[in-house]
Amino acid sequence: MAQKPAAEAAERAPEFRTLSGRPVKRIYGPEDLAGLDPARDLGDPGEYPYTRGPYDTMYRGRLWTMRQFAGFGTAAETNARFKYLLEQGQTGLSVAFDYPRLLGLDSDHPRAEGEVGKMGVAIDTLDDMQRLFDGIPLDKVSTSMTINSGAIVMLCMYLAVAERQGVTWDKVSGTIQNDILKEYTAQKTYIFPPRPSMRLITDMFAFCSEHAPRWNSVSISGYHIREAGATAGQELAFTLADGFAYVEAGHAAGLPYEAFVPRLSFFFDVHMDFFEEIAKLRAARRIWARRLRERYGIEDERSLRLRFHAQTAGCSLTAQQPMVNIVRTAIEALAGVLGGCQSLHTNSFDEALALPSTEAVRIALRTQQVIAEETGVTNTVDPMAGSYYLEALTADLEREAEAYFDKIEAIGGVIPAIEAGFFQREIADASYQYQQRLQHGELAVVGVNKYTLDQKEPVEILRVDPEVERSQVQRVQAHRAGRDQAATDAALVAVGRAAEGSANLMPPILAALKAGATFGEVCDRMRAVYGEYVEPIIF
Amino acid sequence: MRPIRVLVAKAGLDSHDRGAKVIARALRDAGMEVIYTGLHRTPEHVIQAAIQEDVDVVAISLLSGAHLTVVPKIIAGLRAQDAGDMLVLLGGIVPDEDVGPLRQAGVAAVFGPGTDTAEVVDFIQGHVRTGSPA
Repeated sequence: MAQKPAAEAAERAPEFRTLSGRPVKRIYGPEDLAGLDPARDLGDPGEYPYTRGPYDTMYRGRLWTMRQFAGFGTAAETNARFKYLLEQGQTGLSVAFDYPRLLGLDSDHPRAEGEVGKMGVAIDTLDDMQRLFDGIPLDKVSTSMTINSGAIVMLCMYLAVAERQGVTWDKVSGTIQNDILKEYTAQKTYIFPPRPSMRLITDMFAFCSEHAPRWNSVSISGYHIREAGATAGQELAFTLADGFAYVEAGHAAGLPYEAFVPRLSFFFDVHMDFFEEIAKLRAARRIWARRLRERYGIEDERSLRLRFHAQTAGCSLTAQQPMVNIVRTAIEALAGVLGGCQSLHTNSFDEALALPSTEAVRIALRTQQVIAEETGVTNTVDPMAGSYYLEALTADLEREAEAYFDKIEAIGGVIPAIEAGFFQREIADASYQYQQRLQHGELAVVGVNKYTLDQKEPVEILRVDPEVERSQVQRVQAHRAGRDQAATDAALVAVGRAAEGSANLMPPILAALKAGATFGEVCDRMRAVYGEYVEPIIF
Repeated sequence: MRPIRVLVAKAGLDSHDRGAKVIARALRDAGMEVIYTGLHRTPEHVIQAAIQEDVDVVAISLLSGAHLTVVPKIIAGLRAQDAGDMLVLLGGIVPDEDVGPLRQAGVAAVFGPGTDTAEVVDFIQGHVRTGSPA
């Protein structure tokens, strides 16, 4: 297909680029598929290299799990939101914890002041965790928990609550984010340095493969990398590189691949550039399958099949004209579905202003329900396959990721690259370039740098009552006063000893929590052994 | 005359640093001297850093909702150490109804999501009480 010289038809801009800065041609045609061998590069859905989807029937068999991330205030308040979402047709739970939890502190720690229950739910004790899931049988729902540096403690709490409900661990299913590597590069809720943190993760791999086989022990997350300012290609490359690092860490800890690789799952962002995002998700499946097979000799299809949760891009939401965010989220969600997600969170329109209100969350959930049940996009598997543009983008993203893998390998691997500030610098540069393109008007954001209004639209926002903090502080202090202190102390000593040695940490942590130790106290014991991470200052 | 010195501060447990880093770089590109505290600083850390570095501006970034707890503490600490003339700015997710109380506490301006970095540069150059325009 010959292209017309540019002079023949005037275009709106001298060049067109994707949101991530990738040049886009006027037209794509068969020549763009020249290197593509459909049998080798696409396969059928459910077949290697899984470009077209991890399962053969995809949404004709089962729709994705509609999983709205929720958590604020006390365990009782979040429990009420969970029940509301389940009543409205949501099919899985997703817990947001507040900052004290993400950083391993109890609610009455001086550094927690003003943060308790703000960005997520406040959980200090096993009793709090039990209240969080009150009336929600843990063998009937799958739960995702977003916590990383203190993940091992929170997973123990979840398993202990299942036990209290009479649910055996082989019946609990869900995911704990537990992706510490991206904490150092993007989300930044780290506590311990990278190397001991990796040991906590391999302990969880070993424990879950034996005792909780339906639990996904890491959700390898590109979402936060993207939200921190990375491009689509960086999100893809850095996330998969982290994934390979977990594969290698588990193997180095003596676990056979089939014991833990099938339980690794992924979590991607879905931003506004519709085709680039779909291509990124398809490329992720292909790269994962290929590298696991070619590099590590893994043949087990449960391992090769990349499964992922998707979330619409929080950073694409605007505080200006917030109702427009409903439209953005719908388009992003559609890209997530066309990219073949296994579960999906749609953001609420008010999230650039505050935590979402009940009404905003309902609309976000309804957005998924409309895509699932009204649009017909679920009737056939991977309807985008074969598109000249989309397949060219998919291959291009794969090449970009491969080039990053080479760079990371040249530095010595993911942890040395973190220590050298490589990812942090790449992300800071990309985020600054994005801001420049936005401010120069190369990128449009409706309502922000175009089509602005002088007057603000009033929006009712959710506010967390300061009373939450006071009552939570009282609750944890009353708990400490009422427990068997000698038994708690002994159990905490055992946690410290296990942290110093090499025995799996999960059994002593479970024992400590059951004895009455709080979340922050268990984290403190590990802090005393491992120290705290301090990041290099890069901007 | 020395360039304007700015401390970009992440106070409290909030870990969102994208905005803080973009602002830090934009201010540096505008000719200011920028010191970034890094994450998870307590109010005491921020006060100490501002005084030690002898800055003209303290630009605090907070997206966790803890601004009404953290920011007034920093301002009170600066005043207690005779550094009340520093220009204190806040960026992040701050509900409209909190802006009044924050202004009363001594915050010179609050910048929300979608702010053009040039607007922050202009504001600093127009309001800084010490140092000199870059």
